[in-house]
Amino acid sequence: MNLSSSSKSPGSIGNAHEAAHRDPAVVIFGFWVFMMSDLIFFGVVFAIYITMVGATAGGPGPKELFDFGSLFAQTMLLLTSSLTVGIATVTMRHERSRASFLFWVVITLLLGIGFLTLELYDFSEMASKGGVPSRSGYLSAFFGLVPLHGLHVTFGCLWMLVLIAQVFTMGMGQVVKLRFLRLALFWHFLDLIWIGIFSIVYFGGWVYG
Amino acid sequence: MANEPSFAQHLRSYITGYILSVVLTLAAFAAVLTIGRENKSVLLLVALLGIAQLVVQLKYFLNVTTQREYRDNLALVAFSTLILLIIVLGTVWIMGNLAVRMHATM
Repeated sequence: MNLSSSSKSPGSIGNAHEAAHRDPAVVIFGFWVFMMSDLIFFGVVFAIYITMVGATAGGPGPKELFDFGSLFAQTMLLLTSSLTVGIATVTMRHERSRASFLFWVVITLLLGIGFLTLELYDFSEMASKGGVPSRSGYLSAFFGLVPLHGLHVTFGCLWMLVLIAQVFTMGMGQVVKLRFLRLALFWHFLDLIWIGIFSIVYFGGWVYG
Repeated sequence: MANEPSFAQHLRSYITGYILSVVLTLAAFAAVLTIGRENKSVLLLVALLGIAQLVVQLKYFLNVTTQREYRDNLALVAFSTLILLIIVLGTVWIMGNLAVRMHATM
């Protein structure tokens, strides 16, 4: 990819901007820049969490609150959804039928909803044991980080619903394909963040909490 | 994109990444559940398995490789990782040091 190829001269900002919107490589690279800024955002919230491990103020900690069975199920659902969104990408890039593409998008959406359902169930279980955000600094940090990821997954699911609607109304044109490529990148990125969450938030918190 | 890989090659890349990720996830869960209760150094193993899985998913799912056409993405990811490490490790270092000096237990 060559960024300068899409803009004829650095001086003509108007033209370069218009051209940048059409070049797929630039559009995808721009989305990478967004994801990396989102990564820094997550990183800061991770740092807050790490400094708050142990700050339970006498309230319930990781050993009382975490359910590793549910955590494992959530991890597998999200990881499998990362595979299915990848299969959807492959069917799109090799111009397979629209039905098979939509099938894999819908499977991904269902796995995402399954993940969110389990996560919300986990949060309600934690709340029933007294693990609410206002109980301690540790729990505030936990509920600042894990639901932030859940919120990202929620918006990814909404994005998929909108994309499915656009496939029907606009067809599988260049615009919709590029939007789907960015959605797939976003979805893979959320699984990367989840590796950090189960390793640091759950395992790290459980071992040191 | 002169040498566009075939449908099967593309699919195989995702499936390879998925299988490796499943294995690494299972290893991390098994390590914590078996020796995590008494041995805190299990987190070192969890960290290594987590980093391995990040690399696997970056390569097989997100196509961040050293190939020429993806070099810009690699540079972006590497630089963002540097900033991330400075922020996170710097915060943990400073706050941990502060806790030790104030004789707090962390």
